[in-house]
Amino acid sequence: MKRSTYIVMAVMALLFAVSWYFKAATYHGNVMSPLVAGFMITLAAFLTLAIISFVYQDNPFYKFAEHLFVGISAAFWMCQSFWSTIVGNLIPRISTGLSKYFGQPYRDEPWNFVYWLPVILGILLLLRLSSKIGWVSRWALAFIVGTTAGLSFIRYLRSDFMEQISSTMVPLLAAGNSGESLLSNITLSATGPFVAMLTNWVIFLGVICGIVYFFFSKEHTGLFGRASRVGIWILMITFGAAFGYTVMGRITLLVGRLTFLYKDWLGLIS
Amino acid sequence: MITYDKLMSLDRRWVFLFLALVCVGAYISSVEVPLRVNKEVNKIYNFIDTLKPGQIVFIAIDYDPSSQAELHPMTYALSEQCFRKGIKVIYTALSQNGPGMADQAIRDIGDSMKVDRTYNGVTYKGRAIKSGVDYVFLGYKAYFAIQILSMGQDFRLPFPQDYYGKPLDSLPMMNGVRNYSQIACVVDIGAGNITDAWISYGQGRFGFPMALGTTGVMAPIYYPYLNSGQLMGIMGGLLGAAQYEQLCDNPGLAKDGMRVQLFGHMVIILFIIVGNIGFFMSRAAKKREGR
Repeated sequence: MKRSTYIVMAVMALLFAVSWYFKAATYHGNVMSPLVAGFMITLAAFLTLAIISFVYQDNPFYKFAEHLFVGISAAFWMCQSFWSTIVGNLIPRISTGLSKYFGQPYRDEPWNFVYWLPVILGILLLLRLSSKIGWVSRWALAFIVGTTAGLSFIRYLRSDFMEQISSTMVPLLAAGNSGESLLSNITLSATGPFVAMLTNWVIFLGVICGIVYFFFSKEHTGLFGRASRVGIWILMITFGAAFGYTVMGRITLLVGRLTFLYKDWLGLIS
Repeated sequence: MITYDKLMSLDRRWVFLFLALVCVGAYISSVEVPLRVNKEVNKIYNFIDTLKPGQIVFIAIDYDPSSQAELHPMTYALSEQCFRKGIKVIYTALSQNGPGMADQAIRDIGDSMKVDRTYNGVTYKGRAIKSGVDYVFLGYKAYFAIQILSMGQDFRLPFPQDYYGKPLDSLPMMNGVRNYSQIACVVDIGAGNITDAWISYGQGRFGFPMALGTTGVMAPIYYPYLNSGQLMGIMGGLLGAAQYEQLCDNPGLAKDGMRVQLFGHMVIILFIIVGNIGFFMSRAAKKREGR
């Protein structure tokens, strides 16, 4: 490593120690000891700055924070699943001894093969680690894929296919409550019949033109081509709205980190 | 021509630096940003507001720390609205890192609930909210789709105990509460595909009234579900959260954040305009020179 790298790392370590000392000295909470709280807040602040440093360029501090995040997330997920599903749900139903070992109240239920099925499938999945009989794990994998496909089929058919098609079947010539004049209440935010009818036309034409754009079996010329062009515009407006929301989301992340740095770490705002 | 070319080759880090300076400046300033509340946010507020004390709202906290900035304010405002009105809450966290988020939110809201507050002209006495009486936190279980479906049969199937290890049957609030039939509505505050599962497997299968609080990135995807009546309302991103805070008369982090949003967006729009001017001018200049 270069000499400058050592200097940068020494300065960072010094700043970390100073921050730790001051945070520990000023901590007033009662959730954890001041020394631990000071360390955790300082560590979180330095990791935040390490991630943000990527905006300037890729660097070892960013890499360290990134790898730490991925590793901790994976480990946390595994522990959560083990303690909540295997220890919390399965063991109290299949074993008195293990329930006692993990401090879980045993559920005295009649023997049921259904509870042993996931145990068997889980063991089969773990056999993937073996080069000789790893192929057996495909059975468990096939069960997972089959179940997911079956559930997703129903899910998409119902909520994303049928419901969405039926909500596109809108009245084009009459909308709103009966008896209301078509031209009454014409304002942008109104729920009057004219605006409702206009909205229905936008939905109808937007859907038709959007579908036309993705229909490639006919050349996009003439009236069909013009509908396709409208379809592109509809898509672009949709992407624009999504982009606007995305920008808002990204700035919000910055706001979240600023709040942490200014409030929790530096204590500059209350 | 040279100026336009320079503009086109401007190092993006200058843009980042300028944006960061504006955002920090806006953050520490005290400019008040006026908000207009959307119909879809108003619907959620009105629905919760008309519930009677003792009714149960199911709040699914399905987000990780990466979405905390956008979604935590929604959880805070919504939960406090429920507790102040005597509405009971069942929480779940079907995202891996969700239990930490939910636990933190419940503790913070519990602290806030101990203080007397006046919202929308009504003064509410401070009180301590109790687990098992005012709320139940069911916790996390893997494979969210399966959990959503099994809760439709009985909450005790996937969650025999609550997050704190107490059997559900021992909690007074869960007495007579078996499944979604005893729930007034489900509000999913989520930042991933768990939201899809709540709409499809939850609302689609069991037909409960459902509202959604989601990140800005995801919000446009779910508007068709609003139009079809599958959702009664959507809070989209920090704007949705700020609007809900305004309706609850309980300004918090979201309303504060809208200041930064305003100036941040202005800077981005400015750079888009400047970038486009630079692009078209540079192209016109090259055409004139015959390049």
